[in-house]
Amino acid sequence: MPLSPEEVAHVATLARLGLSDEEKRRIGAELDLILEHISALQRADISDVPETAQVGNLVNVWREDEPAQSLHQEQALAEAPDTDGQYFKVGAIQE
Amino acid sequence: MTTAGLTAAEMAAALRRGEVTPRQLLDDARAQVDRLDGSLNAFLARTDELADRQALRAAEMLRADAPAASPLCGIPVALKDVLCVEGYPTTAGSRILDGFRPPYTATAVQRLLDVGAVPVGKTNCDEFAMGSSTENSAFGPVGNPWDVERVPGGSSGGSAAAVGAGMVPISYGSDTGGSIRQPASLCGVVGYKPTYGRMSRYGLIAFASSLDQVGPFAHTVADAAAAYVAVAGHDPRDSTSLPDDVDDPGALLQRGVAGMRLGVPREYMGEGLEPGVRARVTEAIAVLQKLGANIEEVSLPSTDLGLSTYYIIAPAECSSNLARYDGVRYGRRVERPSLTDTLMRTRGEGFGNEVKRRVMLGTYALSSGYYDAYYRRAQKVRTLIAREFDAVFESVDALVCPTSPKVAFTQGAIQDPIQMYLNDALTIPVNLAGLPGISVPCGFSDALPVGLQVIAPRLCDARVFQVAGAYEQATGWHARRAPMVAAA
Repeated sequence: MPLSPEEVAHVATLARLGLSDEEKRRIGAELDLILEHISALQRADISDVPETAQVGNLVNVWREDEPAQSLHQEQALAEAPDTDGQYFKVGAIQE
Repeated sequence: MTTAGLTAAEMAAALRRGEVTPRQLLDDARAQVDRLDGSLNAFLARTDELADRQALRAAEMLRADAPAASPLCGIPVALKDVLCVEGYPTTAGSRILDGFRPPYTATAVQRLLDVGAVPVGKTNCDEFAMGSSTENSAFGPVGNPWDVERVPGGSSGGSAAAVGAGMVPISYGSDTGGSIRQPASLCGVVGYKPTYGRMSRYGLIAFASSLDQVGPFAHTVADAAAAYVAVAGHDPRDSTSLPDDVDDPGALLQRGVAGMRLGVPREYMGEGLEPGVRARVTEAIAVLQKLGANIEEVSLPSTDLGLSTYYIIAPAECSSNLARYDGVRYGRRVERPSLTDTLMRTRGEGFGNEVKRRVMLGTYALSSGYYDAYYRRAQKVRTLIAREFDAVFESVDALVCPTSPKVAFTQGAIQDPIQMYLNDALTIPVNLAGLPGISVPCGFSDALPVGLQVIAPRLCDARVFQVAGAYEQATGWHARRAPMVAAA
């Protein structure tokens, strides 16, 4: 079933991805084709198959909680588009 | 006489004989980049000051104790622009990181610096490593050294082209679904993806964290092995890096394949292969048989589900990983009155088409109501794929097959996303299962390189080098260079 324009707009909002109307239309159509191709997955027999989230076979990697060198505030702020010298600055989050 | 186009082993030997200095190797590498990069666009940035420093450091290390120095000491290398180098532009091929200078250095890079390798620069790639042709870079496509009108493969196309064009003997890329092996195949060089967890991902810009691995490109299997050993091993800064000791494949490179059981997965030799690729790979398998390997056909029945599985899992992980590009702490910001609009515009203008498509696909697959049907199901099929590999490795030591179903195609020739994704159909399952895999040159089809892929069980990285090394030594493909390598 093709994605509706509302669904495409909803997913773009979830992803905080500003898309033009043309992009929404084009990407929506492309997603339809990709999802149709991916529907091959629906025929796999996965009864009693566990999920694989990682293939490293590591379980619970722990380390001692020891203080170590980290970035200085100056370094951490150096690449920010906007700061007040001590903090990252963003626009208003409330009207 | 230039040293451009030599292998790293040849350069290392010349350094130890005192015939060249790290400085001369660096100058030759730069001259080759200057001469050819106008037509290739393999490099996004040069790391000149760092390279100058490293060349001096390498000369001192060689003077102090040449026998103990790493085979990479004094060797020019190139780094895919997804590896952070403190203070140098790192873009991942994306406008959203244009001008970004990381405040720290990736572990893989730090280990190279520690052994005296000389990084010449950062190489072009598909945006955030998403692509199979390097046409998705925001900074223009990369040419293939064998035919500049054709793609070098991707996503690590710049790193593959840099070695293929004799600019550097060793480069590094990252491989999430074939992004080292496929461009290696298309550029006629060796490309290696280690077992998942062998290489630290600290400082590697993330695409899909459960699949991403750093790995080398080189002219020869021996150089690739040395480049792997220099960087591999546990890193406390990456909790997915494996604590197991790294076996040095060096000793196995001369051992040959006599008596080894090598499987040819039927599904990898199917309809999608170009005839020229099928012919060269079939000949390569015959060479291995002649060397004493026992060849048998095996089956990995879920192979055709690999692509679909990957195109759920990788976009899902990417949609999560790329959430960090918000224009707040670093990178480009497009200012709007409200924070939400700022985020939307920053990401809408900062990301290119392929990245947007994958972020949308991944967000959809993870969204409420679709998670079970897509993401959870894909994770289960991933288990099936991994189990099938486990099953065939009960009866064979390694698998041999094509790396890419195609040779290098003309830039712009593939516009349909699914057709583009099919380029990785034979490399993706290896990432899904976390296995080591290599692509080694095995001849030409219409004057374009073809690659043979060797796949081994988890942690059997050394065995991949053993098989690839035996094949390479029995043939002369590794000595071939693209015509552009030699100065006119």
